[in-house]
Amino acid sequence: MSAFTASFKERADAALADPILKIAVERTAGTAEAKRGIAVAAFPNFEAARTRAAAIKDHVIAHLGAYLEQFEAQAIAAGAKVHWASTADEACRIVIDICKATGARSVARSKSMLGEEIGLPHALAEAGIGRVETDLAEHIIQLADERPSHIIWPAMHKTREQVSALFKAKHRLPHQEETIAAMAESARRELRTQMLGADVGISGANFLIADTGAVCTVTNEGNAELSLVPPRVHIVTAGIEKIVPSMPHAIHMLRMLARSATGAALTQYTTFYTGPKRAGDRDGPEEMHIVLVDNGRTKMREEGLAEMLRCIRCGACMNHCVVFRQIGGHAYGGTYPGPMGAVLTPVLDGLPQSRDLAHACTLNGKCQEVCPVRIPLPTLLKGWREKSWREGLEPTSMRWGLGIWAWVATRPRLYRLGTGFAVRAMQMLGKRGWIGALPLAGGWTRHRDMPKPAPQTFMAQYRKAQRK
Amino acid sequence: MTQEVALFVTCLVDLMRPRIGFAAIRALEAAGCDVVVPEGQTCCGQPALNSGDRAHAVALAKQTIAALEPYDAVVVPSGSCAGTIRCHYPEIFAGDAAWLPRAQAVADKTWEIMAYLDQVRGWKPQGVTVEAKATYHDSCSGLRELGIKAQPRRLLRGIDGLRFTPMEGEETCCGFGGTFCVKYPAISNAIVGEKADAIDATGADLLLAGDLGCLMNMAGKLHRKGSKVRAYHAIELIAGMGDGPAIGEEG
Ligand code: SF4
Repeated sequence: MSAFTASFKERADAALADPILKIAVERTAGTAEAKRGIAVAAFPNFEAARTRAAAIKDHVIAHLGAYLEQFEAQAIAAGAKVHWASTADEACRIVIDICKATGARSVARSKSMLGEEIGLPHALAEAGIGRVETDLAEHIIQLADERPSHIIWPAMHKTREQVSALFKAKHRLPHQEETIAAMAESARRELRTQMLGADVGISGANFLIADTGAVCTVTNEGNAELSLVPPRVHIVTAGIEKIVPSMPHAIHMLRMLARSATGAALTQYTTFYTGPKRAGDRDGPEEMHIVLVDNGRTKMREEGLAEMLRCIRCGACMNHCVVFRQIGGHAYGGTYPGPMGAVLTPVLDGLPQSRDLAHACTLNGKCQEVCPVRIPLPTLLKGWREKSWREGLEPTSMRWGLGIWAWVATRPRLYRLGTGFAVRAMQMLGKRGWIGALPLAGGWTRHRDMPKPAPQTFMAQYRKAQRK
Repeated sequence: MTQEVALFVTCLVDLMRPRIGFAAIRALEAAGCDVVVPEGQTCCGQPALNSGDRAHAVALAKQTIAALEPYDAVVVPSGSCAGTIRCHYPEIFAGDAAWLPRAQAVADKTWEIMAYLDQVRGWKPQGVTVEAKATYHDSCSGLRELGIKAQPRRLLRGIDGLRFTPMEGEETCCGFGGTFCVKYPAISNAIVGEKADAIDATGADLLLAGDLGCLMNMAGKLHRKGSKVRAYHAIELIAGMGDGPAIGEEG
């Protein structure tokens, strides 16, 4: 089923009906949850570190313009070219123009959620430019012709058994085994040759360092380094909120990122790229371009979503989300899944298209509890619900149902009458203590029984007892 | 010191399980409180607030504040409703100079019942015996908005004969989520299905929690799958009313 044609509910139902998906999501998210727990427990005063991480981001977001200008000046001084894009289309156009000016036929891409956000894979295909995804998980979904389902593990929805079958079918030298080592070896064989032939390397950025103009990427496979150093041109696409003032700030954020994402103390490969190859350097790209992308971010700051700009894309919120754990990332339908995706997708796709995501949450608060930069995700989701209500996007049944209920509930005497009647009516529906099918509450009784209420409400019983 | 304590009953307790309200009164009186049940109360407005219906949430919050402000303290047998009054009322009226002080005053004196008995009154049940093995679910709002974790366990440890067996994922949401369970019944069912399995796996006789909504969700699933685990609001046991019918039992 296409992620775009169906509704959230249909996508979620399809996901729930897929037992393999459930196994795959549980394996990865369950492991991440356990490992994060251990890493956080071993971190001296993690709570204070979270507060500091949030403060660093808040400070930058409050002074975004100044830090971006500083970054631009430093990056230019280091020899890079800096471009500004206010929309996704503009960002793609800038990248394609650079590729064309280079005469590129193929690009090696290191995983970047911003690239997905702006639709870069699609734009490259339209421009006739070949693309190699060099991150292992991105390679898997490129072979399967799918989209990422998680921001850290794009192929989290696939089991290793499924990946093995895919490699057997699609790799030029098919491998035979289902062991992880054999699969990794097969991917390495396949990717290395393609990577080394690329004309342009494209990456995202985990952090932009304002005072040096450096761009930081982290990967667990070293694929960023392999994709960005050999080609003649390196293009970075980065959201403007990725900025941090200086290296010590970046280090603090890196510590929070790795632990929150995978429970590791560090990501295997962390690289800072400052400008292109200099005279005397033995390797490195001849040109470095940095495309700074807004795509709704400035608007978020103005519209009460500034806290969301703290997000460092660690994925902890989705790994710990009961809803995500049941339906996986594709059900969310956007680039970003889970709690952070439910907040971001309405910014990117519009609220009318994605209002149901804000409701796909029990408001249990676990995401906020684990977010390393303390984003109040449930509050932001409730903000979307309110906006949706104000703009009349909520279904009529909901508006009327709640409206009538609230009208009665603000009239206590009428309310007592109504509740008294309701519990008496429910008496007639139950067998023993339970109701197996309750009119208007089919959503409840399809899957579970409803306890039958007492014959009289508390208020009625209490009043009677008082009178005696 | 006797305190005049207003019991906010919550709409679910009022409608679905009045026993919890009576258990709350009994425990509060045993702890030396003068309990009043203010007439003007209905619902704290949480369903409207969480649905984005600001206007109705404000109307219900004003009604609730007016009903509760004359008393020394407000006690609620639900972490999520207590959390709404304590944490969200001040937010709702943040820009309202007339109502904010009133909302804040009510928020400051509102307590979830087990937190109130344990933290404020330093009280423990006396002479209550329940011979059973119990497991406890930490409901989300109480746990994360009000820090309710140790209080119910301390109170329950005062009951003779009650033994504990923790379930896997005792802090994991049960999938109720107020209107979530009717908006997305299939997802909610998948979540509560796992919860019910975790509860069953403990071999406990009793499931205890501090929020009726979550309890109805879990008990309803346990009953549908034929489990023998019986569910109670923890305050029922604490008040010595654990010999009555469990949720969904005819009594
Ligand atoms: S919202 Fe918080 S937990 Fe979720 S991805 Fe962003 S930083 Fe991580």
